[in-house]
Formats: sequence, structure tokens, C-alpha cells
Amino acid sequence: MHNPNRRTLLKGTLSAGIAAIAAGAGLLTPHTVLAAAWPKAAFDAKGLDKATSALLGSSSASESKDIKVKTPSIAENGAVVNVAVSTSLPNVDSISILVEQNGSPLAASFDLNSRTEPYIKTRVKVAKTSGIVAMVRSGGKLYTARREVKVTLGGCGG
Amino acid sequence: MASTIRPRAWMKNDVANVKALISHPMETGMRKDKATGNKIPAHFIQDLIITHKGEEVLHGYLGPAVSKNPFLNFKFKGAAKGDKLTISWSDNKGNSDSLEVSIS
Repeated sequence: MHNPNRRTLLKGTLSAGIAAIAAGAGLLTPHTVLAAAWPKAAFDAKGLDKATSALLGSSSASESKDIKVKTPSIAENGAVVNVAVSTSLPNVDSISILVEQNGSPLAASFDLNSRTEPYIKTRVKVAKTSGIVAMVRSGGKLYTARREVKVTLGGCGG
Repeated sequence: MASTIRPRAWMKNDVANVKALISHPMETGMRKDKATGNKIPAHFIQDLIITHKGEEVLHGYLGPAVSKNPFLNFKFKGAAKGDKLTISWSDNKGNSDSLEVSIS
């Protein structure tokens, strides 16, 4: 007669449906959307490899000339450094930006939808002269590119 | 209350370009208050989500190394002039904001 499993299934489907509609209508704040949780371990990790492993499950990435990391070569103000990552690699679902010499290298990570162009521009804090590393996941594999930014301490270039 | 989000969204050929500037301190938790000598607690946006037609076209996981007043620029396909985008963020203290913008 009454099948509790069927009732649970229907309840689950209904609430997921409502969440999807509400999320689409912008009525839910990001915390309540059924999305992946903020990757605390990756953001807390010290060291580039640890951060990449914690975030993406592996730290081994192939260097790719098909990823462009655009930053100034000298940043007057380390608090605001433009970084633009773009790539011609296909099926990119994740782009992450790490700052090698920061205490916690992971600055930001972006999950891309299939319609999203593999391009991100943002601004990050760079504590001292450092490599800016982009990690791109294309077709499930990790690729990387790096560009160095010199940070001046309010004086002449150095 | 005015939004913390200042968006620009426009079509260029068949690609929607989105720029957003968000007002937020993005405190790392390492800075010291000069008057008291105490550390200013970490206060930063963790999730930055842009949705279009019910899909998350971008989900940004941000950390305190993103510069104060976070800036974001990205592009996506499958949109048209007049479509609505929702830009939302939430931070480590439970604050959040959201804004709908039309693509011009």
C-alpha cells in the first residue's frame, strides 16, 4: 500500500525541483544552492602542490603553451594585480589562479559551464615577486602555465 | 539599500561579456589595526555565482587573496540581448548580495 521509499523519492525530487526553479529565479542565496562547498582545505593549503592537490585532486599538470596568463611584468601595488587567464584548450570546466609566493597560494578557482568561454580576468594580491600560476582542467586533465610578476615596494623597480 | 554589485553585461557578436565590480573589503585576517595592534578578522567573499536561464554559467570560489573590491570579467555563449543574468555572492561571515542585470 504505502511505500515509504516511493514517498521519500518523490519528496526529494520535488524539493530539488523547487531549489532549481528558485535558484533560477535568483531567490536563493549561494549558500542554499545545491552546489559544491567552498574548498576550505585548498584555500588554507600552504604550497602550490598542496593547494592544487586539495582543489583538483592532483598536482601533476602538463605545461601548456595554449594557456595565456596575462599580468603586468612589474606591479607597483602588490595589493591589486590584474590577472587574465585565457586558453584555446577544449572542454575547459575549471580555471584556477595561484600565486606561488603567497602564504596560501590559491587565490581563486572558477567552475565553468559548457557555454562559458575559457577566459577569466580578475585582480589578486601578490605578497612579493612571484609566479602567477594558472591551472586549467580541459577534458578532465590538468594543464598549467606560469608568468612571473615583480612586485615593487613603493620604490623603484627591483 | 544600494547593491554592492556594479555590473556590465553586453553582447558582442554571439558572446555575452560580463564585468562586475563588487564592493567588499576582502580582509585576509593578517592585517593589523594600527590603533589597537589587533588583527583585523578575515572577511572575504567565498562564493561568486552568475546564473543565466537557471544555469550557473560561472561559479567562482574566491579566497582572501582576491583584491579588495573584487573585479571579474568573463564571457559565455548562448545568451541574447535582453536576457537576464543574476550575480550573487556570499562571504565567510554569512553576508550576501544578489543583483539581476539585463544583457545589453
